[in-house]
Amino acid sequence: MIVITYEDIEVEVDGERWRDGDLWLPIEGLPSAIGWDVRPEGVCAGDICVPVPPGTSWWDDDGFNVSAFARHVGLAEAADAERGVVAYVVPSERAADAAGRSASVEAPDFTLPDLDGNLHSLSDYRGEKVVLLTWASF
Amino acid sequence: MLAVAQDAGGAETTRPWIRPTNMEEQYPPAILDLMGWSADAWRGAGPPQYPCLIDQRHEVSRLYGMVNVPTAVWIDEEGRIVRPPEPAGVNEAFKAVDLATFSMPADAVESGSRHRNRYFAAVGDWARHGPDSPAALPADEVLRRMGRRARWGDPARAAAEFRLAEALYRRKDPDAAQVHFTEAARLWPENWAYQRQSRQLADPATVGELDAGPGFWRSLEQRGPGAFYPPVDLPETV
Repeated sequence: MIVITYEDIEVEVDGERWRDGDLWLPIEGLPSAIGWDVRPEGVCAGDICVPVPPGTSWWDDDGFNVSAFARHVGLAEAADAERGVVAYVVPSERAADAAGRSASVEAPDFTLPDLDGNLHSLSDYRGEKVVLLTWASF
Repeated sequence: MLAVAQDAGGAETTRPWIRPTNMEEQYPPAILDLMGWSADAWRGAGPPQYPCLIDQRHEVSRLYGMVNVPTAVWIDEEGRIVRPPEPAGVNEAFKAVDLATFSMPADAVESGSRHRNRYFAAVGDWARHGPDSPAALPADEVLRRMGRRARWGDPARAAAEFRLAEALYRRKDPDAAQVHFTEAARLWPENWAYQRQSRQLADPATVGELDAGPGFWRSLEQRGPGAFYPPVDLPETV
């Protein structure tokens, strides 16, 4: 069993294998693990499909190479195979752009809990001015 | 106001800081001096009237390209950023602290206080006047400032390592987590929050405590002036 943490998802998936440092999962476990599944037109999430490049072998009879797919679509991966935890991150436009470019002033939305576990989204406060202040105990 | 704790320690470590029951025990005197804290004012203050959210994965920082705390972004009624991420009412006056006595020279306290008051005045001006406030920036200036900072490292891989570390830490495996917290800090050197979080959680005795040990001061010295809290460009008229 392996734990995959990706965007707002954190799921446990059975049947993982590691081959040459790449994570392989059973194809049927993909939608719950990373939100993508294999269709005739490519690897898809909702209406978005990533065509499989010619000569690419993302899957075989034994499973799907999640690490190779992540590299192709630009997801960053970090793994602790021994403890069975893998993280994927979509590079944010602002944080990931090495040149520091940003194209939009639209504030990215997020949803987080308060101390009592109640969820708040930035978009809940649309119509009000918001000073978004980050802090930490360190 | 939305306050977001960027803290892998979660509610357990942040709760005592949201409404400390004894400020004088919890904060070093030098920090209290810089904050302009007074016992009378504290007794008269209520608990926060705004949401205090917990972000164990530092996702907000990743989304907005923030690299330290406290950092603030101003967002208007339409969801547009009108001031980009910048140090929120803090400057580098704290560097003048006497590390032997942990006391703060009067001129540093004065500098910190002046800076903080000016920032608060700017927030108030924007709250009252909205886009007519000189502190609210047009979109092209926001974009220019967001692109101005030199960046290096690999923020996306760093964020993946941090996310992995946080998941391991939450699963009560702090030793394994530390490997990846450290790697996250290495991959994105300008992210002070990764670095400080990593140091804080490395020792169970310092979890939830201010990162103010030798490692912190060594990093400050190595990076030079303006790297920790870059100067904030506020209009003189506010």
